Amino acid sequence: MPLHSIFLLLVWLGLNNTLAPGHIVLGGILAFLIPLVVAGLHTPQPRVQRYGLACRYVLMVMYDIVVANIEVAIRILGPMKNLKPGFVAVPIETHNELMLTILASTISLTPGTVSAEVTKDRKWLYVHVLHMEDEEALIQQIKERYERKLREVFGC
Amino acid sequence: MSFLVELLVSILIVAGAGFALIGSIGLVRLPDFYTRLHAPTKATTLGMGCLLVASIALISLAEAELSVHELLITLFLFITAPVTAHMLAKTALHYDIGFVRGTRGKELASKARERVSPKENDE
Repeated sequence: MPLHSIFLLLVWLGLNNTLAPGHIVLGGILAFLIPLVVAGLHTPQPRVQRYGLACRYVLMVMYDIVVANIEVAIRILGPMKNLKPGFVAVPIETHNELMLTILASTISLTPGTVSAEVTKDRKWLYVHVLHMEDEEALIQQIKERYERKLREVFGC
Repeated sequence: MSFLVELLVSILIVAGAGFALIGSIGLVRLPDFYTRLHAPTKATTLGMGCLLVASIALISLAEAELSVHELLITLFLFITAPVTAHMLAKTALHYDIGFVRGTRGKELASKARERVSPKENDE
């Protein structure tokens, strides 16, 4: 809860783009009250265990977004007949809702891959790929580069 | 405003607009619904990213006051963009929208629709 309050206060000050004392007081009151009001809606989620790794994960995803963006840009401008779209099922070991959401969002944010569906037992993630040279390599990349690190961040 | 700031901001704006343009070109050129989904993710991530960094740089350096609006826009975009893409892909799957010829793994679509494991053979 204190983390939520701090986050809400920062977002409030950011939205108003100010550090005026009045806004700090108003934001402080809101940051105190809102978490109390919505506490009933809160479902327990795993906590980030290693903040350093979490930061590295975010930076790595940003780097991947830039690289993948340029690759996709070249594909879009290139001849369409060279395009090899694919649809793959990626086996996953993270069954927790929050981690699954972050993993699927990471996959969708990096251009070239969109997560389309997850199986009921949460063991497979269906991913659509704009250009797929090697199915195995792609699955390996998702598992090694994203999933394993995500599990380390949440310490499981 | 110094020349360097102007140069940096101009480069970022042109790059951002360029990526947004390529995203739009992708919407026109790509062959089917699923491949078209990939174009807007580009425009929202790197295209908007460049424009927002340009905005931060311009306001912070030229007017000498820190602007953090843009960081929040980035945060909200990065939270909402993948959800939209995911919902669109899911909807397309459930409406049985066809894949372009030559898509590998097409046969997985029916499994994905039922949300069952691709290894199950219960058809």
